[in-house]
Amino acid sequence: MSMSDPARSPDPLGDVIDADRLQAELEEGRPPHAGPISQITAALVALAVGVFGAIGSYALGLGRLTQPGPGLWPFAISVVIIVLSAVLVVTGRGLEDAERFSKASLLTTVGVVTLVLLAALLPVIGFEIPSLLLVFVWLRWLGKESWRSSIVISVATVAAFYVLFVVLLQIPLPRLI
Amino acid sequence: MDISPILNGFSVVLEPANLLYCLAGVIIGMLIGVLPGLGPGATIAILLPITYGIGPVPAIIMLAGIFYGAQYGGTITSVLLRLPGEASSVVTVFDGFALAKQGRAGTALGIAAIGSFIGGTVSIIGLTLLAPVVAGFALDFGPPEYAALGILGVLLISSVGNGNKLKAIIAACVGLLIATVGRDTFTGAERFTFDSLNLAEGIDFIPIAMGLFGLSEILYNLEERHNQVHAPAKVGNVWPSRKDLGQAKGAIGRGSVIGFVLGVLPGGGATLSSLAAYALEKRRAKQPERFGRGAIEGVAAPETANNAAATSSFIPLLTLGIPANATMALMFGALLIQGIQPGPQLVTEHPDVFWGVINSMYIGNILLLIMSIPMVGVFVRILRVRPAILAPITVLITLLGAYTVNNQVYDIFLVIVFGVLGYLMKKLGFEPGPLVLAFVLGPMIENSARQALLIFGGDPTGFITRPISGTVFALIVLVAALPLIRKAVRRKTSADRAEEPVEEKTP
Repeated sequence: MSMSDPARSPDPLGDVIDADRLQAELEEGRPPHAGPISQITAALVALAVGVFGAIGSYALGLGRLTQPGPGLWPFAISVVIIVLSAVLVVTGRGLEDAERFSKASLLTTVGVVTLVLLAALLPVIGFEIPSLLLVFVWLRWLGKESWRSSIVISVATVAAFYVLFVVLLQIPLPRLI
Repeated sequence: MDISPILNGFSVVLEPANLLYCLAGVIIGMLIGVLPGLGPGATIAILLPITYGIGPVPAIIMLAGIFYGAQYGGTITSVLLRLPGEASSVVTVFDGFALAKQGRAGTALGIAAIGSFIGGTVSIIGLTLLAPVVAGFALDFGPPEYAALGILGVLLISSVGNGNKLKAIIAACVGLLIATVGRDTFTGAERFTFDSLNLAEGIDFIPIAMGLFGLSEILYNLEERHNQVHAPAKVGNVWPSRKDLGQAKGAIGRGSVIGFVLGVLPGGGATLSSLAAYALEKRRAKQPERFGRGAIEGVAAPETANNAAATSSFIPLLTLGIPANATMALMFGALLIQGIQPGPQLVTEHPDVFWGVINSMYIGNILLLIMSIPMVGVFVRILRVRPAILAPITVLITLLGAYTVNNQVYDIFLVIVFGVLGYLMKKLGFEPGPLVLAFVLGPMIENSARQALLIFGGDPTGFITRPISGTVFALIVLVAALPLIRKAVRRKTSADRAEEPVEEKTP
């Protein structure tokens, strides 16, 4: 793989540098970079996962190399996570690969809430009404479709799902009708 | 070479049901390739519950069709809209869109389709010849080799992918940790289950894949990324002239070889090979300035290479049981769900799966050639569908599909949890791919490593003294150290450069 040979030129992928420019152009619409606080928080969360894993697996018993206990492997991974996250906490503050949470992230939050509601309501009142509401909310408010097309598409979608899952595939989905 | 299993493979493919799933797969692949937003990985993840109900052969045939079909479809948006449908079609945009502006969109699409077909076919022939050999070689592998290969696979995919390598490796380690949830197969101890009955069984692959690959992508795209619809350029004659074909011939040939070779390497895959093929053509060209202004080779080379790579990336999966990229990790999971362990035994124990899948690719590529040349207009029309309409439908398929696997609402919640996790990871620059891949390989690495320790009587130097596992471990050290070496070299060259002008000024 001569492509990744670092000694050949300072930038072995120089010919593809246009690709980076294009990528940047394509990403113009993206929200701005998140600052060092998000970067450090993310690294600290990873660090916490590692610490938690290490404590949990130590409690399980590490055993010996001749007789590995259930905790040995997860303990080893957790130690790697701790070390790498610690490096990331120190070196990662200047990275520009994270996106800031913007107003648009609210859309995603709303979306997640509708998903949780569907999962919670599904066993209680069947899949039809929650699905209809989910599709409608996503179309009308998250997708900014018109009222008319939102209503038509959401009804048609749920009808199609009913035919596919219930009538044709006979999958035991909880349902009203 | 005994060709009767290969011929039997064709009879497997030509069964009407399998042909139908092959057709369904390539059509879905074309569609999601054309529609920006959802990639082949997300689509395969979302459709995993369907494969639960059908047998292993049609399941893998369909999923493979989605994967290489997306390589064909991704071209269309690159050329017509300047929007690469897939990451592997990014470089196609330069010359593809330039050709479209000159009114030669049809030529670009035609050449890309022919190149993809040739690249794919060359790669399948390579796969047919090479795969049984590799599998035969790997039959001697024991637990230490598998542990080493698994670690190497995880490391390569984390370090070759785009994005920060440190973050990718952390994500992979978290995947390994999640894989340990549940009952330990050696001691029966319950690990990280918090006395939950659901967790005691371990976490299923399907909700993890659907959440991290499928739902996370939908949630990420909700932030108004692809909401504008552009009017696609008009597509004229898609049959390329003899002159165009002659010009693209060399690029297609070289693209096939580059794609095949890079696709086999773990972490290589379609995106890297399309970049490499484009770079090579530009370097070889007599007038490199034509590139970016509508050079037909600039479309032919990357499109050929990405399809060849998509095909050849099946080799490590089918012969060693090591997925070469994140999408292959999904295939690995899909095979495991069917009770089939991918690895060197696959070719002898499940020849119908092995040869059925490989041979279905010949048929699939022919179908795709038909869909991309005479029927390209149909797919161009699909570009007018707004992503806002597709998002809720795919979300509904995901959630209800997750439910149908075990008829449990718990699985829906798992998908949502991992969907949110994947969304947050993407926002913060962590790739979900390494996590899923490590999750899939985790149990194999742990079990092999522990078996190996038992074989060695607790002496870990055994991993290094055995010739094959020792070589693999040397590679692991090399891959891990490479970024550090590269950084050191770069620092040195930039220091040299900074000194140069100073030297010039001093008399």
